[in-house]
Amino acid sequence: MKLGTFAKYVLLVVASVIVAFPLLVALSYSFMSESEIATFPPPVFPSQPSLDNYQQVFATIPIGRYLLNSFVVSTAVVVGQLITASLAAYAFSFLVFRGRQVLFFLFLSTLMIPWEATIIPNYMTIRTIGWLDTYQGLAVPFMATAFGTFLLRQAFLQIPRELWDAARIDGASTFRFLISTVIPLSRPALGTIAIYGFLSTYNQYFWPLLITNQPLMRTTQVGIAQLRFEETLRWGLVMAGVIMVAVPTLALLVLGQRQLIRGLTAGAVKG
Amino acid sequence: MKGWTSRDLRGLGVGLAYLAPSLFLFAAFVFIPLAQTIYLSFFNTRATGAITTFAGLDHYLELLTSEAFRTGLLATGIFALYTVPLGIALGLILAVLLNQRLSAINVFRTMMSSTIAISAAVGALIWLLLFNPSLGLLNHLLSLVGVRGPDWLIQPTTAIIAVSITTIWLTLGTNIIVLLSGLQGVPEEIYEAARLDGARGLRMFTRITVPMVSPSLFFLFVVDTVAVLQAFTQIHVMTRGGPVDATRVLVYSIYQDAFQNFQFGFASAQAVILLLLVMGLTLIQFRFVERRVHYQ
Repeated sequence: MKLGTFAKYVLLVVASVIVAFPLLVALSYSFMSESEIATFPPPVFPSQPSLDNYQQVFATIPIGRYLLNSFVVSTAVVVGQLITASLAAYAFSFLVFRGRQVLFFLFLSTLMIPWEATIIPNYMTIRTIGWLDTYQGLAVPFMATAFGTFLLRQAFLQIPRELWDAARIDGASTFRFLISTVIPLSRPALGTIAIYGFLSTYNQYFWPLLITNQPLMRTTQVGIAQLRFEETLRWGLVMAGVIMVAVPTLALLVLGQRQLIRGLTAGAVKG
Repeated sequence: MKGWTSRDLRGLGVGLAYLAPSLFLFAAFVFIPLAQTIYLSFFNTRATGAITTFAGLDHYLELLTSEAFRTGLLATGIFALYTVPLGIALGLILAVLLNQRLSAINVFRTMMSSTIAISAAVGALIWLLLFNPSLGLLNHLLSLVGVRGPDWLIQPTTAIIAVSITTIWLTLGTNIIVLLSGLQGVPEEIYEAARLDGARGLRMFTRITVPMVSPSLFFLFVVDTVAVLQAFTQIHVMTRGGPVDATRVLVYSIYQDAFQNFQFGFASAQAVILLLLVMGLTLIQFRFVERRVHYQ
């Protein structure tokens, strides 16, 4: 049995290293000089680790500005989604009215429509209203979320009806009950939506590629991908850029893993 | 509004007030654009996007005869075939490995699911380096076992393999998390009973584990296929649709025809095809979930 446990750990370590291998390579290469990267056979570890590549990233592209843009846009999307989804989930859980079912199906239907199928008219809309190269152009189209609304509705339905009845007797308004009771009780679900929304916005590529042209309005993903199309491809520099862009999301994964898992599995295991 | 009392209307009014922000955004960025896409697919446009003449079904007929579109659909199919089954199988093996009661197992779970936080752009840039024939580690590792690695992104057949490997890696984190939570939902007693019946190893895996997580497997099959249909970033960063259109998948083709060739009508017709494919897959998923709920 002891040997069995040992073998399991060996297997786990080997599998983890293989899965994380590309990330480990990126990290290692980010500390190598270009001349070392060009040697044969390809080195695995830097012989003289240095931070030169990281300094070079700052000298080559406005990476600070890219990160700022991505944070502003992602935060705006998260705040927007939390507000719109809370309001909508509230209507779909506590409020009872005729036509609710139809509206619910309308929300449901948006899950079947891929963003890429509507991207041409959306691009034209954003261009027409002069939102190219703006934060609002990058953020506003994503501020409503059907997925988040369903997740939140599930959480709201767990809240005891007695609290609602008691609040009505106390004369609290419908809106007041949402703010003072429902939202504070649903913090875990709100956290899931926040992390999910942040991650998916921060990692977006197609939409920011389309609607930003000014270098200073680019987001991190589009910004670092440009490094690939520089005249001379400097791999150490690209990998340093990659690490700088990936660190915020990896940190978010470690901090919010539980929320993220809940969000991902909501669709799969909920019957 | 037959049979609607004033109370019904007031209730609907309050409900709509709460739904208004979402409904407004969905209307502006989902429903109206969707109608516009379908509308545009029947027209010819100028490079600005302004409609010029009615095209009827011309764009759709062109799709039927277009060599490029057929190649693109084929590339999308090959891409899905390489990516989805292998990605799910790998995810299942790793999830089984991670579904054990060991101390520090959470460290391994976090490490192996880490690709969920990695963007397609970041993943594509790293794999671009790994696939580099002279600098990349991949061909060097292959040479150590006596295999001469190809010029991955130069040859059409290997370029789509390279993009597929990158995509499998990118989706692995999601696949592991979903399958792991599926595995954790299997009651221990079922394994116990099977063990008493003499089931071991591979037999246990194929007879007990796989059927018990089949809902998660099916869910991933749909979600991963939809993701492949929507794949754009890794292709834009790694191959730009080439070499000789080998990786010009559906969404990339929409991108090129709309935003590089400015044929918005023709691109919209392709977007409608994409829509139908994704809707079909999602509807199957919805129906499947519904049935499961009924019989449980």
